[in-house]
Amino acid sequence: MTAAPAVSVTELAMSFRGKRRGETIEVLRDINVLVEPGEFVCIVGPSGCGKSTLLNIIGGFVQATAGEVCVEGSPVFGPDPRRIFVFQENGVFPWLTVEENVAFGVRGRSKTDCAQIVHRYVEMVGLAGFAAAYPRELSGGMRQRVEIARALAANPDIIYMDEPFGALDFITRLKMRADLVRIWQSERKTILFVTHDIEEAVQLADRVFIMTQRPGTVQKIVEVKLPRPRNLDAPDYLRTRDEIFRLMGMSLQVGV
Amino acid sequence: MRSESDVVSARSHGYVARESAGSLRVRFFRDVNDPDSRWWRFVRPVGMIAIFLTVWGLAVRLSHTDLFPGPGSVARAIGELVQKGLLLKYIVASLFRVTWGFILAALVGIPVGLVLGWYARAFQAFNPLIQIFRPISPIAWIPVAILWFGVSDAAPIFLIFLASVFPISVSTIAAVQNLQPVYLRAAQNFGLGRWELFRRVVFRASAPQIITGLRIALGIAWLVVVAAEMIAVNSGLGYLIIDARNAGKRYDLVVAGMVMIGLIGLVLDVLVRQLAKLDSVRWGYSQ
Repeated sequence: MTAAPAVSVTELAMSFRGKRRGETIEVLRDINVLVEPGEFVCIVGPSGCGKSTLLNIIGGFVQATAGEVCVEGSPVFGPDPRRIFVFQENGVFPWLTVEENVAFGVRGRSKTDCAQIVHRYVEMVGLAGFAAAYPRELSGGMRQRVEIARALAANPDIIYMDEPFGALDFITRLKMRADLVRIWQSERKTILFVTHDIEEAVQLADRVFIMTQRPGTVQKIVEVKLPRPRNLDAPDYLRTRDEIFRLMGMSLQVGV
Repeated sequence: MRSESDVVSARSHGYVARESAGSLRVRFFRDVNDPDSRWWRFVRPVGMIAIFLTVWGLAVRLSHTDLFPGPGSVARAIGELVQKGLLLKYIVASLFRVTWGFILAALVGIPVGLVLGWYARAFQAFNPLIQIFRPISPIAWIPVAILWFGVSDAAPIFLIFLASVFPISVSTIAAVQNLQPVYLRAAQNFGLGRWELFRRVVFRASAPQIITGLRIALGIAWLVVVAAEMIAVNSGLGYLIIDARNAGKRYDLVVAGMVMIGLIGLVLDVLVRQLAKLDSVRWGYSQ
């Protein structure tokens, strides 16, 4: 028996009602994609192309206008604890400590089991020593780590990440990416990761879905056949990156 | 795996940036760790009160007025109240009424606010009614309160309830309506049922703003109890003021009552402020 794809999207379309009467804004058109279990897939596209909307539809937070989304073989009707969403604007609960946040999604386990799980993931994301801290006492990068630990502790099959590192500074972002890949390799989750950052996509993904301007469609799927750990000045890395730049219609030169 | 750039000093709330330019030292930020500033934080208000008392005393003495008592005679009046055992009795009576009216208002206002904030249709239905009742001063209810409850503790408790239930429920409604959607979505993602969502997320996320509402409500409640006691009862600090005037034009006792009202109001506010320092709500206030 072959396993069902982690995510399958068929002929998906989405439009919003516009401000004026009778006006509709087409956001997504004719999206067809498959994500295999255990894969790390990045969705890149220019801002406003509907990539976040697509992830929100797959995550069950938004209903599509047409088409079908199946996750692990069954259609999506709403958010589900087997697939956890990591939000761009950070959804860590500020009224809970780090460990209470991480424990939030641990269900149906004994107290000692829960404590063990929490301890494990707090450590895995590099927050040992901050378990009792409140989110307001942490930096943006650390808060994002808490959210990732919280997602992992719920033991989902799939993690959806919507520009989770978008608000972080360059160096923190590099470290977060390295840590995310390490965690993904050890936990074997499927990750669907939305970003507008092409370099980020090439550093992280097995495959990159490239979307067009609105109405967004998947224009091309690029397989990133680079060995891990990835070398950020290897010619193959630069070639893949430049290919995506060109596909998105961007020049590699700045200035005139 | 902890990265240098991730580490921020956890509990520092301010820092000094001092620049020496010759003898001139420019301080850009207040430094709370500086022992000097702790001392000044105590001295400034206390010093100001001392100045106020001195000016008041001098003004009364130099003008030889008998229209207003000086601080000395007010202090003696307070001593007299203590000796007669009235001060504590009146304070307890006033606080008793405020406590009951306020607790009832919180017990009604917070749940009602949570429900109306959450269910937009219920809010549409009830909001105009709330906005019509809200601007009616509790003082305007005094005749009705006396008619319903007579001269008893129930009348002022009812008035305090009316005065505090609106700020509490209105701020709770606003808190729920302005919840960050990301918290709700995260909670839904983890599969919380409706009751758990309310208990573990909606209520917790609104707590800082609810506490602000409670603080405003308690201030108003304290204003109202004094007004209510002037009419509807025969004990309490409000009663003291009216009684001292009616029974012998003892204006030193009148002002003594005013001073006690002010001081207790200050204590109440400090107490509610402590709520805002709880770790689980501190995030909701800018530091």
